[in-house]
Amino acid sequence: MDEPRLAADLYRTVLRIRRAEERIRDLYAAGRMPGFIHLSLGQEGVAGGVGAALRPDDFVTSTHRGHGHYLAKGGSLRRLIAELYGKATGCCRGKGGSMHIADVAAGYLGANGVLTAGLPLACGVGLSAKLRRTDQVCVAFFGDGAANRGPFHEAVNLAAVWRLPVVFVCENNGWASTTAFAAATAGGSIVARASGYGIPGLTVDGNDALAVHGATAAAVTRARAGDGPSLLEARTIRWQGHFEGDPQGYRDKTEVAEGRRSDPLVRLADRLRALGIWDERWAKETEEATLAELDEAVAFAEASPDPLPGDALGDLFVRPIGD
Amino acid sequence: MPELTYGDALNAALREEMARDERVYLIGEDIGAGVPFGVTKGLREAFGAERVLDAPISEAAIVGSAVGAAMTGMRPVVDMHFADFVTCAMDEVVNQLAKSRYMFGGQCGFPLTLRMPYGIGKSAGGHHSNSVEAWFLNTPGLKLCLPSTPADAKGLLKTAIRDDDPVLVFEQRSLYRVTGPVPEGEHLIPLGRADVKRPGRDVTVIATARMVQVALEAADALAAEGIAIEVVDPRSLVPLDVETLAASVARTHRVVIVEEGPLTGGVGGHLAWVVMEAAFDELDAPLARVAAADVPVPFAPILEAAVSPQVSGIVAAVRRTLGLAA
Repeated sequence: MDEPRLAADLYRTVLRIRRAEERIRDLYAAGRMPGFIHLSLGQEGVAGGVGAALRPDDFVTSTHRGHGHYLAKGGSLRRLIAELYGKATGCCRGKGGSMHIADVAAGYLGANGVLTAGLPLACGVGLSAKLRRTDQVCVAFFGDGAANRGPFHEAVNLAAVWRLPVVFVCENNGWASTTAFAAATAGGSIVARASGYGIPGLTVDGNDALAVHGATAAAVTRARAGDGPSLLEARTIRWQGHFEGDPQGYRDKTEVAEGRRSDPLVRLADRLRALGIWDERWAKETEEATLAELDEAVAFAEASPDPLPGDALGDLFVRPIGD
Repeated sequence: MPELTYGDALNAALREEMARDERVYLIGEDIGAGVPFGVTKGLREAFGAERVLDAPISEAAIVGSAVGAAMTGMRPVVDMHFADFVTCAMDEVVNQLAKSRYMFGGQCGFPLTLRMPYGIGKSAGGHHSNSVEAWFLNTPGLKLCLPSTPADAKGLLKTAIRDDDPVLVFEQRSLYRVTGPVPEGEHLIPLGRADVKRPGRDVTVIATARMVQVALEAADALAAEGIAIEVVDPRSLVPLDVETLAASVARTHRVVIVEEGPLTGGVGGHLAWVVMEAAFDELDAPLARVAAADVPVPFAPILEAAVSPQVSGIVAAVRRTLGLAA
């Protein structure tokens, strides 16, 4: 795809995630959604760039901060919002919630409430593609904090030794929940760990969606060709707290203010201007279309039925006990 | 009907299911060489290294990858090497495998078989001897079976592999060399069907896996004094054949529940409740349980025997249930 078209596509995707996350933030604050919410505001460039490098039949395993990954993988906005409301029309029929969004048909194999859990899963998805003789690829998103759990090392080693078609994408937002990156992570970077397993590692500016796309596309091409996994470290900034309602006493207020100067959406707009194809009318229409889709999704969720209490006993087994 | 060992019966089940369905593959530590119990021997030669995957010593990656493969069209059979090591993949079994279908709202199945070589045998010590089935009985989303004979081993493992849901197959490792008649070819035992291993009128003894063999020895000892116990093997704990258990209790009116794992929080407590719910009016005596002591499994043979259920313990429990001196 040529750069102007790609940049415009990425702008649309990043804008869609941005507006969705802002609306979710407001709805959650207004008490419309139960549970915990972890937003990806500020990190949308990573989701957008990675998503645009994948085919519809590729796969993603995600994290607790996964709304953006889902939308960028071709997920349904109305089924996402409905799931956040706990409605029967949600993508998990109200059994998952924000931390467990999944849409197998879209190749989105689950956000995950357990950090690092998606990495071993992604190895198996890659192995499955290999055994089924397809050229599908699986991206495993994880945060910098998750890179300190054992399954990170087990999964990267396994993917490397078996040359599995997996791309490990670390979203390093500088915070493992409330613990600063440097306080918890030895070696200064996540990407340095790639060399320990003999696989390509690349650091990319996570707020530059085009750069993320380029790095991911190269890693995906390599994986598809049977040349094995790669590790990308996308440096980015979490604008919100770890979870919505997090008072963030551990964090200097200037960090986010400075981070906002590297807004992935603004940077895409700047790039479109530099390419000479920024069009105010197009931007306005895109904004309006995004908000209209969002309004419709929220209305759909609000109007959707709750699950029935008895539904809580279903979906455990394909062949239920007693059948 | 040919006589096979329990291990060879499991091997036959794997061989037949791999030949039948190319989505079936094996993954685990040292399985290409058939180590440590010989169950997978010869399968790499028969089906190739791509379908008999010798994995790094990475239990989380072994089980986690199998979960990912199961949700994208494969039917993995995972060898846990020793069931004790499942602790290194507990998130993958409990949070991912058991829950994902439910948490996804039923979007896909997870047809994964987890082979769990478990239990006491030959002084393996506290990290290689545990009976861990109770942990998973308390985890909704998993089916559990525990074969006690070579024929059951083959029939249950074949069924597990064909099941569209996760099934844990607990193979008591002292049984691997026990021989018995095993039907050739298609031999499937449905989950949720108990088997009366020995009929008897006086006391129902419920036991699984190796404890069935110990209970049968106890039955011989008790027969010498005119007491006939009925040994009932549930064969699977999830699903559980309550009907067969209740029917046996309706004949004998007395129950002893035997298990190899520790008493507290054990499977037997659950089975006791199930029997009470289903057949309280049939009971003429309080239920009795025989289980391991609430300590880790010790090393020295004399200590190992001291903490684990023995024939003498079952005999004493049966006599007590009958109101006789233990």
